[in-house]
Amino acid sequence: MRREIPLFITGVVGIVFVLQYFIPHFPFNKMNAWFSDWFSIVQACAIWLGVLNLLKISFQNIGRRKDDWGYAIVIVVSFLAISIVGFAEGEAFRDSGTSFTWLYDYIYTPLSSSMFAILAFFVASASYRAFRARNFEATLLLLAAFFVMLGRVPIGDVLTSFMPDQLQLSSLATWIMNFPQTAGQRAIMIGIALGIVSTSLRIILGVERSHLGGGD
Amino acid sequence: MVIRSNEQHLRWSVLVIHLVLFSLVLFSSVSGAESDSITAIPALAPPTNVSAIDKPNDGGGSISIRWGLSQDDYDGGLVSGYKVLRATDSNGIMSSFTEIGDATAGQAEYVDGNVSDDSSYYYQVVAFAQIESNGAAHDLIAKSAITGQVQSSAQWFDWQRINVFVGVLILCALIIFYIRQAQSGKELFIRKIAGLEAIDEAVGRATEMGKKIFYIPGTQDMDNVQTIAGVTILGRVAELSAQYETWLEVPVARSLVLVTAKEIVKEAYSKVGRPDAFNEDQVHYLTDDQFGYAAGIDGMVVREKPATIFFMGAFYAESLILAETGNSIGAIQIAGTGMPSQLPFFVAACDYTLIGEELFAASAYLSREPKLLGSLKGQDMGKALILIALIVGILLETFGIWTFSDLFGVID
Repeated sequence: MRREIPLFITGVVGIVFVLQYFIPHFPFNKMNAWFSDWFSIVQACAIWLGVLNLLKISFQNIGRRKDDWGYAIVIVVSFLAISIVGFAEGEAFRDSGTSFTWLYDYIYTPLSSSMFAILAFFVASASYRAFRARNFEATLLLLAAFFVMLGRVPIGDVLTSFMPDQLQLSSLATWIMNFPQTAGQRAIMIGIALGIVSTSLRIILGVERSHLGGGD
Repeated sequence: MVIRSNEQHLRWSVLVIHLVLFSLVLFSSVSGAESDSITAIPALAPPTNVSAIDKPNDGGGSISIRWGLSQDDYDGGLVSGYKVLRATDSNGIMSSFTEIGDATAGQAEYVDGNVSDDSSYYYQVVAFAQIESNGAAHDLIAKSAITGQVQSSAQWFDWQRINVFVGVLILCALIIFYIRQAQSGKELFIRKIAGLEAIDEAVGRATEMGKKIFYIPGTQDMDNVQTIAGVTILGRVAELSAQYETWLEVPVARSLVLVTAKEIVKEAYSKVGRPDAFNEDQVHYLTDDQFGYAAGIDGMVVREKPATIFFMGAFYAESLILAETGNSIGAIQIAGTGMPSQLPFFVAACDYTLIGEELFAASAYLSREPKLLGSLKGQDMGKALILIALIVGILLETFGIWTFSDLFGVID
């Protein structure tokens, strides 16, 4: 029964979700919203599982003086600080001028933005490796990238200003993006869509059970 | 004779005087019109052929009203817009009309989405305009004929999605057919997927080096099919790590993924006869926040230097941050995602990448279970059909025979 009940629920919900896409009649037209609400409720309750797990691991690391246990103190202190401030300010904790908003705007947002900003450096290092002309495909990639990047900045058109408009670098960059790039991307997306349909069907039919913790 | 002649003369004189006076009046009125601009206000042509029908392919609660444009509705014409009026029917008696919405000039349709399926309605469309005349603004309206009664209702099938329905039916039929074939013992050829073949090698390398394996199941929750595909591969990796006695660590970004992944890893350890080797803390939660999660994993990767890192699931901008950090410490990295925009990053930074559909094929490929392999075959046949449709469509559209792409339009 430990497997059968989840398999039954998965099958029924999966079929209902497929049907609600094609049937606009009540109750099918409301089911997407109902299930989304239920998922949000379960998700909100489950957040405590994550929080408790994080605190448990952090306290263990501090207690056992594991390697880099100092970071665990940072986690616990940060968690307690933001939680206490948030709960102390009640329902209006997200209003402007509150301490919670200050913490959010001046600590959380800059930290998050900094992580995102690191991406610029990683794009440079990854591009350097990807664009090395090791073989035919890599050389094609290098050339395509070269023309697209040059075509997206004003100097590209300045360099090719003596040519007709449709042969200038900006036109070439647009052509590469609109045709070969879009065709490749769509091929991948068709494969992904088929993969999603196939996986979903396997789950609905109960053929795929790995996500429930193994085979039969 | 003299008297008669005088009378005649008098009549002629009166007639001439009348004519002169009439001419003067006429002349003054014409010249007055030019100087004072007293013009007649034109009448506005009403909207024509007003029809109201139950909006098709919906869940009820809406009526579509259409009309023919007023003759004064053209580029530079008088009409400023239209007002849609509605009256309800109560036991055969029509209530008074009230305005329920408006449309701009040139617009010939309005959807009334605020109706009850239990009531009947009448509609009337009014063209309106405002003109300046004789120094004053004048509002002009022209009412159409009343149309009705009409009642909304919910439909049991959305015919605009019939093409999707047929497509899904064909694909499902193919998948089920090949699952049956595989169950009957027919051998199915499945091409080699380098990224999945490399899983054994990657786990073995970590074992040889005595270092950890990191498994990152993406940043999305269990409602995302990519996360489900990701955690199915986790089972296989966990079995191998249990067999080789290599520490597997699974930091997750969602609480529900935590519960699922923990169960899968525990089950995998039991399956290979090593339930004692399973540690609850192998699977642990970091944060729901995208960049917080990336920062947490980057920190762990830099400090603990795992030999092998798997990225399997749905990723966004954090994909390159994670993969480049793993690359910088020399870890063998295998990634798989169904996010087309993140694939180039994984290809550039990882040793092997499962591109889109390969991620979803992983479970079948690794388990070699006939039922799952059959579904892969069905999926491939679906791809073959799409390929044929693409070739046929290109030929038909190139030679202008038929707009084949119309068959695949989906209206949301």
